[in-house]
Amino acid sequence: MPFTIHLSLVIFLPLAAALIAAFLPARIGRWVVVAASFGVLGYAIAMLVDFDPNVRDGPLRFVTDENWISELGIRYQLGVDGLNLFLIALTALLWAPATLWSAVRMDERRKLFMFHMALGETAVLGAFCAQDLALFVVFFDLMLVPFYFLIGGWGTGDRVRATTRFVIYTLVGSLLMLAGAVALGVIAADGGELSFSFAVLEQRVVGEGTQKWIFLLFALAFLVKAPLFPFHGWVVDTYRSTPTPVLVVLSAVLSKVGVYGFLRIVLPILPDASEYFQELMLVLAVFSILYGSVLAFSQEEARLVVAYSSIAQLGFIVLGIFSLDDKGAQGALMQMVNHGLVVAPLFFIIAVLSARAGSAVSLERMGGMALRAPVLAAFFLVITLATLAMPGSPNFVGEILILFGTFEDNLVYGLVASTGVVLAAVYMIRVFQRAMHNRLVPGDEPVDLGGLELMAIVPVTLVVVALGVYPQLMLDRTEETVATKVEPAGTLAAERLHPEISVIR
Amino acid sequence: MIELAQIKAPVIEYRELAPLFSVLGGSIVVLMAGLFRGALVQRVLVPALAAAALLCAMGFTIANWDAGDSAPIIEGALAVDSLALFMSMLFYVAGLATIALSLRAEVVRETGMGEYMSLLLGSIAGMVILAAAESLIALFVGFELLSIPLYVLCAGEVRRAHSLEAGLKYLVVGSVGSATLLYGLALIYGATGATQFTAIAEGISDTVGVTDPLLLTGIAMAAAGLAFKASVAPFHQWTPDVYQGAPTPITSFMAVATKVAAFAITLRFFDVALAEVQVQWAPALAALATATILIGNLGAIAQRSLKRMLAWSGVAQAGYLLAGVVVGTQLGLQATAFYLAVYLFMNVTAFAVVIARERATQLGDDIDSLRDLGRASPWMAWPMTIAMFALAGIPGTAGFIGKFYLIDASVAGDYAWLGIAIVVGSMISLVYYLRVIAVMWMGQFEISLPTVPPRRVRAVGGWSPEADARAQPEVAAVAILAAAATIVFGIVPSPLFDLARDVGTSFTALL
Repeated sequence: MPFTIHLSLVIFLPLAAALIAAFLPARIGRWVVVAASFGVLGYAIAMLVDFDPNVRDGPLRFVTDENWISELGIRYQLGVDGLNLFLIALTALLWAPATLWSAVRMDERRKLFMFHMALGETAVLGAFCAQDLALFVVFFDLMLVPFYFLIGGWGTGDRVRATTRFVIYTLVGSLLMLAGAVALGVIAADGGELSFSFAVLEQRVVGEGTQKWIFLLFALAFLVKAPLFPFHGWVVDTYRSTPTPVLVVLSAVLSKVGVYGFLRIVLPILPDASEYFQELMLVLAVFSILYGSVLAFSQEEARLVVAYSSIAQLGFIVLGIFSLDDKGAQGALMQMVNHGLVVAPLFFIIAVLSARAGSAVSLERMGGMALRAPVLAAFFLVITLATLAMPGSPNFVGEILILFGTFEDNLVYGLVASTGVVLAAVYMIRVFQRAMHNRLVPGDEPVDLGGLELMAIVPVTLVVVALGVYPQLMLDRTEETVATKVEPAGTLAAERLHPEISVIR
Repeated sequence: MIELAQIKAPVIEYRELAPLFSVLGGSIVVLMAGLFRGALVQRVLVPALAAAALLCAMGFTIANWDAGDSAPIIEGALAVDSLALFMSMLFYVAGLATIALSLRAEVVRETGMGEYMSLLLGSIAGMVILAAAESLIALFVGFELLSIPLYVLCAGEVRRAHSLEAGLKYLVVGSVGSATLLYGLALIYGATGATQFTAIAEGISDTVGVTDPLLLTGIAMAAAGLAFKASVAPFHQWTPDVYQGAPTPITSFMAVATKVAAFAITLRFFDVALAEVQVQWAPALAALATATILIGNLGAIAQRSLKRMLAWSGVAQAGYLLAGVVVGTQLGLQATAFYLAVYLFMNVTAFAVVIARERATQLGDDIDSLRDLGRASPWMAWPMTIAMFALAGIPGTAGFIGKFYLIDASVAGDYAWLGIAIVVGSMISLVYYLRVIAVMWMGQFEISLPTVPPRRVRAVGGWSPEADARAQPEVAAVAILAAAATIVFGIVPSPLFDLARDVGTSFTALL
């Protein structure tokens, strides 16, 4: 197999750089970490180019498969397929500007900040690449450690409360998932050899009753992480307090690890339970869409608008996944990437606006920038339109696929969810208008984007446009894997709705 | 010809007993050496001799290491199987750490180095006997030899009322525990007519039957007695008070070594002597474990004193460990042994930092003594951070693997809900472990907790950014080494797993 250690290199490059940087002066060290994050980006692009969508046998590429803890059947197993390829690329693409931004803008205890940023990247990449359930849990939990420090140490306002809340909320979920994972491994082994490898677990049969309670443990972990209504209690405090570069990766990437878990673990390994709880998950998803959209509309703080809109977007993603339909899941995966791509520049732009408006957080205090800062306004407009899923944006493709998938067998949920698309237009345009076109508040400095800001915002925006023009880039490479992950649960759902299918079989 | 009486010399297994001899011998030598008053003798020679005794014992233990079941020695009183050897290694490591942590301690100035080290080694000898005990008599002898020196050591700071109070409290509660245990052992002997563990097991399966009321009462009382030592709820109430009052190096020793010893004998007693009646005691112990996990974690939340917090957390950890006993399988045995080793490293790290801060600030063991430690003294703050994450079971540390192993054992032993209890406990524990980390790294913020009067300890250096690490390098070394072990075994756990697997084969009768 070619490139067997490549993934480990990608995953641990940031951490290694951060450890080296810890023993260098902060002035040099931070650039080492930045270089590493761009190195990861380079790797990710190479991987994307190298990924041949036409290879049909053995969908897992760049496999690493070593014994880690043989006594517990835990393997150090990594691999890339259509499901995580673009999420890895997304991680790399967003961590690079966030790290760069941190290196330039953060001036307190810089070395430590960079260390935690790098550790965070390592953990997230690890979670996406892991092909072993126990390894996934390890990285999933490890993610919280750097974010705990980043929010608590460098946040604003009531940061310690916010970070404690964030970590406890998410760890509650992931510790339950730990119990669920161990139970799943042990019960699936049924006295035989213990294994947590996804490939093995997919083959093993677990009773429906067991599947159900394990499903609930996993679902809780992933829904809190996402977050979906009603598990979003940590969101407001966290989004308020988190420093900008951290918030970018937190909102754009971290939230995807949870929903990714549904596609990677829950659907293929627990198909019976996924089918059984389909309705419940659809209800939660639709609630999140409505709840998030309505609250996004009524927020005064710019960050919170995006926070609540994220809840709605994540609702769409979960809707797509639990439509248990190829197209829906495909759209969900696409939307995971799209949401990350638009939310990251949004938070950078909000930081820019708030810096221009005397570090105000409220939309009230912003306005009138469009004429004086045309570049900023232009990019903001592109991102706004993408967020509200304008035709021509990748988000449009994603949402349409999700809705198609849902209409197929769950028409009512699809119809209610479509109102979310309309509401998104309302709240996004409201934000854009108030921040850009209102009267200029006296004392604000309408300066256009500077060098760093351009570097943070422009490349990502260009990727959004490119994906909008050529969504096939992603669809081709992900289609097949997504379909195989959805199939077991999808078949069950189809059999329940259309009993004649099973009769024919 | 004069007929001489035939005297049959008893067989003494010198090889197997060598570790015990070196600890006990060391205890006497150290006591004698301590009589010389020279500063060099007191400060260097005595602790060096005590450490040498422990190192010798470690060497002999490694030489005796052999996986699998082995015949008991001294007429079936002691076992020298890998469980006993593994646990004694943990005692020696804990002992070495305690010696290092005690070098500059207040308590040593008051009791005298010779007496202090001698009592410490005596207590370790008791633990070694307890971990190897294969009969009711040896069990009780080891139990008392472990406890009595500790009563004295707790009260070692004779000029501080809290220390005396801790000693007295421990004495009273410990005696009640011992008495209960003894009563229970007597009843078990009454029911089965045997003192040897394997003979008890045979007696139960052949004649007594698993529902014999005499036997069950005996088991219940013996379990209560052991629970006192292991601070399992509801027999834990003494723990926070005694931990807080005792001199901190002794607290550290009690928290780590005593708990290991208590679990070593609990494992052997329940899995060998009472393996037949597992169906009877397992549900009861499972209930105790759940209660312990909840009570320990809830109790720790409101603590401002780090020592009290660690005491409550120790109660909770005892609950996790009990899960490995409940299932009564080889896997459970392995998981418990593994977690005990991990537990040692995590707690030694935390206590070392507490000791260092007690001597460098005027705040005693108050959580505020750690304020902004990340900036002032990262070499102390990182070990503490690692210890807290490990205790909470965050991946990347050995604490995570240990919990994983215990949950694995619980689920495989048909106690999946106990695994969930462990997880729920870990969630609650985040509240107080994360608070410690936040205080060290996140600057000024309000902690609303009840205050406690600080405990004054003579400072070892004035306040300066790295004073606590520089002025007491041995404490920093203990903290850093133990933290490093926590991380290393969290990433490369195989060596520890191999040892635990050997331990698992100690009792051939187990599944």
